[in-house]
Amino acid sequence: MSLRTPMSKVRGLGSAKSGAEHFWRQRVTAIANIPLMILFVAVLVSNLGGNHASVTASIGSPMIAILFLLIICSAVYHMYLGMQVIIEDYVHGEGLKIVCILGNIFFAVVIGLAGAFSILKLSFGS
Amino acid sequence: MVELALPKNSKVGTGKTWPKPDGATNLREYQIYRWNPDDGKNPQIDTYYVDMDTCGPMVLDALLKIKNEIDPTLTLRRSCREGICGSCSMNIDGTNTLACTMGTDEVSGTVKVYPLPHMEVIKDLVPDMTNFYAQHASIEPWLQTKTPEPQGEWLQSHEDREGLDGLYECILCACCSTSCPSYWWNSDRYLGPAVLLQAYRWLNDSRDEATGERLDNLEDPFRLYRCHTIMNCAKACPKSLNPAKAIAEIKKLMVERQL
Repeated sequence: MSLRTPMSKVRGLGSAKSGAEHFWRQRVTAIANIPLMILFVAVLVSNLGGNHASVTASIGSPMIAILFLLIICSAVYHMYLGMQVIIEDYVHGEGLKIVCILGNIFFAVVIGLAGAFSILKLSFGS
Repeated sequence: MVELALPKNSKVGTGKTWPKPDGATNLREYQIYRWNPDDGKNPQIDTYYVDMDTCGPMVLDALLKIKNEIDPTLTLRRSCREGICGSCSMNIDGTNTLACTMGTDEVSGTVKVYPLPHMEVIKDLVPDMTNFYAQHASIEPWLQTKTPEPQGEWLQSHEDREGLDGLYECILCACCSTSCPSYWWNSDRYLGPAVLLQAYRWLNDSRDEATGERLDNLEDPFRLYRCHTIMNCAKACPKSLNPAKAIAEIKKLMVERQL
């Protein structure tokens, strides 16, 4: 039971004065993902039927490696931003929400670095 | 918080079936949500039969006929009965709309009437609008200026005035906000389509001088950015307004002032 006024509840902790940057970055990565994903699929299709050596040589070549690194940056960042929105939408307990948001950050960093490392390893050899 | 099932005390049961009126040939079945805060029971759906030969064409006519002639305990809000006061907003045939502008003939089969979704119910078809009205007040829906008041009116060109078309017509019935899943899950922090449409009505008013402060107050991951362009608001609006577009315009202004 609380006797706080409805206006006090609505005004709450005030405006965070942020969110526009998050919105903008989500759009920027979304636009970047369109050509990157088309090229990504094109590379995969062009490697269809290839053996291990030809595929690793293809992905390890400078242009393709740079393309894949760009895809990892853009797609993982986009995923991180989107997952954060979903967590904020659906997870309401403050404790659980913080845990989920931390998990999202760590997951994105680990996935992004692991992907980048794989491409670099193919590019620069073992 | 997202809720996949109704809470225990909101589970809806089958209620009373009221007798058919004597001698009527043109009957229409109405199933209406009933909940009384005083009897300690869960909500229930009562069934009524209305003689459409002696009833007006709108759903509100039928609800008032039921209240007047069958069951005086049926509780609902209504006032103008012509779609301008926004009092009789409710969920009819699965869609939020105004009972006074929704024709019974627009519904096929049984007419199902519920209160606005995901709102606390005060009684029967009357939802608690306290939070909604506080949210509206929080955006300070009045003209704010720094320039000293002129002797006469604040002037506005015809062109500037046109900027308010599609915004000023809102009657705050809350059909849009209560149709929005984002508002269902986060109405404690998300302002919702109706209030954001009103916020844009003042952002887009050529006479207003507080645009920056208004944008400051809206720039928040929850107040504004819970809108995910689901578009239920535009579909539900009984005045055919487009709150989703107004929200998109606010988001554009947020980016515009940064770039």
